[in-house]
Amino acid sequence: MEHEKQGFVSRYIFSFDHKMIGKQYFTLAMSMGFIGGILAVLIRLQLGFPSQPWPFLENLFPVGMASGIMTPEFYVSLFTMHGTIMVFFLLSLLPVSGFGNFLIPLQIGARDMAFPFLNMLSFWTVVPGAIIIIISFFVEGGAAASGWTAYPPLSGIRSAIPGSGLGQTLWLVGMIFFVASFTMGGLNFVVTILNLRTKGLRMMRMPLTTWAQFVVGILGLLSFPALAAGALLLTFDRSLGTSFFLPAGIFIGDTLMPHEGGTPLLWQHLFWFLGHPEVYIIMLPAMGFTSDILATFCRRPIFGYRSMVYAIMAIGTLSFLVWGHHMFVSGMSPFLGSLFVVTTLAIAIPSAVKAFNWLFTIARARIQFTSASLFGLGVVSLFVTGGLTGIFLGTNAVDIQLHDTYFVVGHFHFIMAGAGLFGAFGAVYYWYPKMFGRMLSERLGKIHFWITFVAYYAVFFPMHYLGVSGMMRRIYDPNVYEFLQPLQPVNLFITISAFVLFAGQLVFIYNYFVSMRRGAPATANPWNAAGLEWSAPAHPGHGNWEGEIPPAHRWPYDYSEPGKKRDFTPQWEA
Amino acid sequence: MSSTTAGAAAPIDAARTPADRRHINRLGLLVALGGITMLFAAFTSAYIVRSGGGDWAALELPPVLWMSTALIVGSSLTLELARRAFQRGSLPSFRSWSAATAALGTGFLASQYAAWLSLNEAGIYLQSHPKSSFFFVLTGVHAVHLLAGVVALLALFGLAAAGRLVPGRSDAPTLTAIYWHFVGGLWIYLLAVLSLLG
Repeated sequence: MEHEKQGFVSRYIFSFDHKMIGKQYFTLAMSMGFIGGILAVLIRLQLGFPSQPWPFLENLFPVGMASGIMTPEFYVSLFTMHGTIMVFFLLSLLPVSGFGNFLIPLQIGARDMAFPFLNMLSFWTVVPGAIIIIISFFVEGGAAASGWTAYPPLSGIRSAIPGSGLGQTLWLVGMIFFVASFTMGGLNFVVTILNLRTKGLRMMRMPLTTWAQFVVGILGLLSFPALAAGALLLTFDRSLGTSFFLPAGIFIGDTLMPHEGGTPLLWQHLFWFLGHPEVYIIMLPAMGFTSDILATFCRRPIFGYRSMVYAIMAIGTLSFLVWGHHMFVSGMSPFLGSLFVVTTLAIAIPSAVKAFNWLFTIARARIQFTSASLFGLGVVSLFVTGGLTGIFLGTNAVDIQLHDTYFVVGHFHFIMAGAGLFGAFGAVYYWYPKMFGRMLSERLGKIHFWITFVAYYAVFFPMHYLGVSGMMRRIYDPNVYEFLQPLQPVNLFITISAFVLFAGQLVFIYNYFVSMRRGAPATANPWNAAGLEWSAPAHPGHGNWEGEIPPAHRWPYDYSEPGKKRDFTPQWEA
Repeated sequence: MSSTTAGAAAPIDAARTPADRRHINRLGLLVALGGITMLFAAFTSAYIVRSGGGDWAALELPPVLWMSTALIVGSSLTLELARRAFQRGSLPSFRSWSAATAALGTGFLASQYAAWLSLNEAGIYLQSHPKSSFFFVLTGVHAVHLLAGVVALLALFGLAAAGRLVPGRSDAPTLTAIYWHFVGGLWIYLLAVLSLLG
């Protein structure tokens, strides 16, 4: 390696190497995730100990925590920004932008992505977006406070609440940066996968991770422009006096707003046309990682490869036809609602195909319990738990009762947030040797897994109970209602579990950064895995392979073939 | 062409052959056009939903839009002539036709601006009523996309001046032409939406 030639700036900052860009996304996403986690801890602080003073927090947030007591306005900002940061800047950036960039060329046998410059540009477009989102906490009025879905009128009128002012404007600007970056990334994924596969790597020989990233690229390209359109129209409503989303007759205090005739529901349609595919943008990579990881550590070919591919496509297609299930209580025609129920429940079919295929892969296998495979099994567990509650919420008759309660919060933290996050953790444990040429500590990895797994269920499972008992999704202090007061012990239990969950992540962060320097040196293929990425050197340089790119002679799941001496045949061996 | 020891910061081209690269660039452009299409599809659906509102009012489109339309159609023709000249290897002809295209494109932007001014003179502004809001937003967002095309044309001039446009090798004129024709078609579509729907 002649890295000396390459300056620090070109190697670590404005790098064209897909692996370095992937790692840049890791760093950004983990930093944002850490901030999002702190916001979650603050949210739980309020719900576990409503309106109790925490004087030391006043130093950090002099307005939001004046004399140490959280104001309702600050609380609303907290959950808005927690959702925004986690959904977009952690759960989209880490598995998609991070692992997509890092893995796609390695898994398909390419020297780099199709458009390296665009790739760099895409990273440096999302960075200002992230900075703007963080800065918005410290502007007049505080950060945006209309929920991560930014429903107007609250998000559309600058004087509505403190967070509707500059904070909401910065939210919109930050999101436009994010959308621009993410669509550039999606374009790169699609073109790279279609054009740069190595010899012999037919589409139907690609690892499921790459299949997932391919469909995710398409989903992002088709769905994020709808959010861009909505965000632009909302900006006009906010600043230039149009009435796309704002109806007549809105009073803020004693002032009648000049808007007329707009439809807030239009925003919901545009938002959820993005919002639901976004759920699968988060979920599909986690499903792909899980398939690859489980096959490797069960030493079994993935069960039902073809059906897995078709399930990914079916989920991707259906994800564009279900957005209305977020709007059952918006007063939509019950007939239309029933159509959305049908499309929504139809997603259960490809989802069940995936879950059963994983179970058949695991069944009677001698599983090697590594940190990666534990997180892979965690994905299956969370996916089934969250999927089952999805059937409740996807049925409008039940959803009308449960909408905007903690049942919903519990549901999506299992299926989207949880499965997405566990998938990403599993992927880090699995591919870390290829990323840094060193192994993560397995001992710390397992500690991290068990804390995270147990604490995750402890935090989010009781939320279903809170929701059925009527606790509202965005309530600042449940104790203002007598009927919610008996739930306080449950809220306290959740809060304490959330603290444990957060602390558990510190183990991961420590392991991640310390192992970069002190981890045991990795071999090129430490897991005896069959995928093409493991044919590259332990810590591949720019260009990935020293000599010729290896061709693909087979699919990446040839494990435990009868009659063979080794229990796997690498993809690059004839 | 590329190896792991490439120490320089230059990007490694993963394409194996120039033909590969050409194919990749064209596919990348088509995929990007797909994204832009979705942006305008979202605007259109918003337009249709909003036009069902009680306060929707008709808007008489300024006649100068017909001049805009003529200019943009003309610019597609000249760019096509430029592209063919380039493929024949006739660089001087390429330069003059693409200069004509840039001029027509700029003329289109000026003509759109004139349309805005003529509405303003008639007392119709962005926030006057929903259809006027959509008119300004749609024409504005479209103009930004055309402006990007003008910038691409200027970049072509720069490449040609630096001797880096080689007939038979460089695909940039074709890529620019595909984008330009798309933005032209987009304008016809928007004109149809604005005059036929609502």
